[in-house]
Amino acid sequence: MIEFNRFVLENGLRVLVHEDNSTPMAVVNVLYDVGARDENPEKTGFAHLFEHLMFGGSKNIPDYDEPLQRAGGENNAYTTEDVTNYYCQLPAKNIETAFWLESDRMLSLAFSKKSLEVQRKVVCEEFKEHYINKPYGDMWHKMRALAYQVHPYRWLTIGKELSHIEQVQLDEVKAFFFKHYRPVNAILVVAGNVTTEQVKQLAEKWFGDIPMGEKYVRHLPAEPTQTAPRSLEVTADVPLHAIMKTWHMAGRLEQGYYVADLITEILGGGSSSRLYQTLVKEQQLFSDIQCYQLGSIDPGLVTIQGKLVKGVTMQQAEAGINAVIQQIVEQPVSETELTKIKNRTESVIVFEDMALMNRAGSLAYYELLGNAQLMNEELSRFQAVTTADLQQGAAAIFNPNNVNTLYYYSQHL
Amino acid sequence: MINRKQQPHITDPIHLPLQLPAAETFTLSNGVQVYAVKAGAQEVVQLELVFDAGNWYEQKNIVAASTNFLLKNGTRHKTAFQLNEQVEMYGAYLNRACYFERASVSLHSLSKFLPQLLPLLVEVLSESVFPEEEIHIYRQNMQQRLSVNLKKPDFVANRLIDAYVFGEQHPYGKYSHLSDYDALTRNEILQFFQQYYQNGQCTVFIAGNLPNNIEALLNHSIGQLPLNGTALVKPEYSIQPAAQKKYFVLNDDNGVQAAIRLALPFPNRHHPDFLKAQLLNTVLGGYFGSRLMSNIREDKGYTYGIHSYIQAFQQQSVWMVSTEAGRQVSEAAIEETYKEMLKLQQQPIDEAELSLVKNFLIGTLLGDIDGPFHIIERWKNYVLNNMPMNYFDITVQNIKSTTAEELQQLAKKYLNPENFYELQVV
Repeated sequence: MIEFNRFVLENGLRVLVHEDNSTPMAVVNVLYDVGARDENPEKTGFAHLFEHLMFGGSKNIPDYDEPLQRAGGENNAYTTEDVTNYYCQLPAKNIETAFWLESDRMLSLAFSKKSLEVQRKVVCEEFKEHYINKPYGDMWHKMRALAYQVHPYRWLTIGKELSHIEQVQLDEVKAFFFKHYRPVNAILVVAGNVTTEQVKQLAEKWFGDIPMGEKYVRHLPAEPTQTAPRSLEVTADVPLHAIMKTWHMAGRLEQGYYVADLITEILGGGSSSRLYQTLVKEQQLFSDIQCYQLGSIDPGLVTIQGKLVKGVTMQQAEAGINAVIQQIVEQPVSETELTKIKNRTESVIVFEDMALMNRAGSLAYYELLGNAQLMNEELSRFQAVTTADLQQGAAAIFNPNNVNTLYYYSQHL
Repeated sequence: MINRKQQPHITDPIHLPLQLPAAETFTLSNGVQVYAVKAGAQEVVQLELVFDAGNWYEQKNIVAASTNFLLKNGTRHKTAFQLNEQVEMYGAYLNRACYFERASVSLHSLSKFLPQLLPLLVEVLSESVFPEEEIHIYRQNMQQRLSVNLKKPDFVANRLIDAYVFGEQHPYGKYSHLSDYDALTRNEILQFFQQYYQNGQCTVFIAGNLPNNIEALLNHSIGQLPLNGTALVKPEYSIQPAAQKKYFVLNDDNGVQAAIRLALPFPNRHHPDFLKAQLLNTVLGGYFGSRLMSNIREDKGYTYGIHSYIQAFQQQSVWMVSTEAGRQVSEAAIEETYKEMLKLQQQPIDEAELSLVKNFLIGTLLGDIDGPFHIIERWKNYVLNNMPMNYFDITVQNIKSTTAEELQQLAKKYLNPENFYELQVV
């Protein structure tokens, strides 16, 4: 049970406080309700590039990192398709420095030309490092474009192509900031050796006078129900054939989300999971295989991907996957297997909550979903799933019209 | 009105109290030493058994790593599947890892399930059988994994640079080839298992919310194993560094980035320069505000990240600079790195930067000893490397007292570009 207090400033900034006096540290986490899904399709990668620019100096503070490090703190940030999250950890005694830094960059960035020029290059190198200069690095680019036709999940957070990042202009950066980085679109979480009273006073002092801004309301096109299977064949300079299959699933707040997550656990969680045991160990069709779901807020994807053992054909590999899927659709999961994945899920949650930083990040995320208390209800939602739910869920997800397949051939085989 | 230009008052972290919580220690009936940290609000436990079973002890390449990897793949009574299913039934994780001198087997679980899991751990350590079929699957899959990794410039660079510094025959410098997997036999694995695990040298580290009867629990399980009998003879290896210092490897014609590694042989943890060099390394490339990051990422935009670190090994360490930079700018990135080294030789670090780095390091240490798993990690490091038991205090004291002059002297002594091995892999 993660305890917290919550209050809202007049400018709409939501503030959550999680007191933990067993640590000398404090975490300040600021989440902005904007991610890659909010981008213009012609200017993808923008939200993530923008995250880099948040470290390029703000209105009154030329450098974000230096004063934080001087106070004994460290920080980082990440952008997903749904949100942008900034967090720092420092000795609780010096917590006011974090308020000073975070409030100034919420007030206004410096919008430095030099920072934009440099970070465009840095992000292009990041793009190359993770998606170009790596075998199989473009699989998700291709899969997203195949599985989503209208929803902005059809591109990756890093962006569709390098040129989108290279072309970003300073006036677009400013417009994006004043549209999305306003108190009314942000959530502040403070965790660690602090008191709620102290946080109230500091939040008022540093964030209270920042103009509220306009509440951003998103109108994203919903992905229509897929009515026929889709596939794409690619040949690349990789040593082994690979396959990736995805199926549309429920959104983050639906009961179906919990069902889908447990299904991926049964199929791909751990060395006793079905896909690993059947296809890697018994049939030896794959040298590795994974099953997971994306965890996105809007309806995401259940994914199975693996690399084929040399000599195995794409048809054999796919038939192997299909047989495992057919089994989970046709036969109920045993109570023992359900208990196993529920225990695994409980364990994941408990281990995750050990780190102060994770607790702060989760509180912000669940607040964004609508209610921070959801964080404490997660486990019971998983525990409520029955074997009948699983079978029904599997049938819906693994509907043959709902599948997208990427056949990724090695040019050397 | 608040003054937004002025940083609020801070307490310099070097003045904050900083103490590593103690570890309890006791000896099991078979002589195995246990270090335990009982702390934390969550009902979880981490148990790690460390064996003298690294690749230092193998007669043939990859035998140590393969034995360690295959520990979970079947015992006299259970198949790999049954074993994994039981562990996962409790929501637990049974992991293993193999290093140069040491190898470990670790268990993460909810505290309530520890008593049920210990017998499984004992079974793995006493009755593993390494079935031929499991070895066959392992061989095939590892060869495939290696063939994919060999397409990654960073993977190739990491292997080669260690080979240049230590020599390919040395445990720190050797690496796996596809043919090593073909040559691997079950008999070699069984022998290695018997000598270095079943009858091996073991130390136990446990942390978390431990049951009150933890000593008895461990005594009735791990304490019954035939461990820590005859002391091991540690083989000796001489380091044979390459004569050539500069390398360029073309791994992929179409590569858009170069993996860059610059490496300098450096003394081990017991050398008097070691701790101060950690401080100098932080200034050079050990944190986000470092000289290398500020220049090569934040000013020039040549890379997504550039880091320096001292890889502390028992016999000899290596001081490494590592980055992936655009192919067109990789030479420039190397040149700028050397410039930063020379700057550290030519000018003392000014007071503002030095105090910042000290505060940053102390703040990080404070965060690093937060929670039982982090605390035991420190103790493990000290115990396994024969460091004095007040090493944490020595480290803290050292950060506080090091001067800019000392760091400049160290830079002159070590950060000489001509002494670095230099490798680019495209």
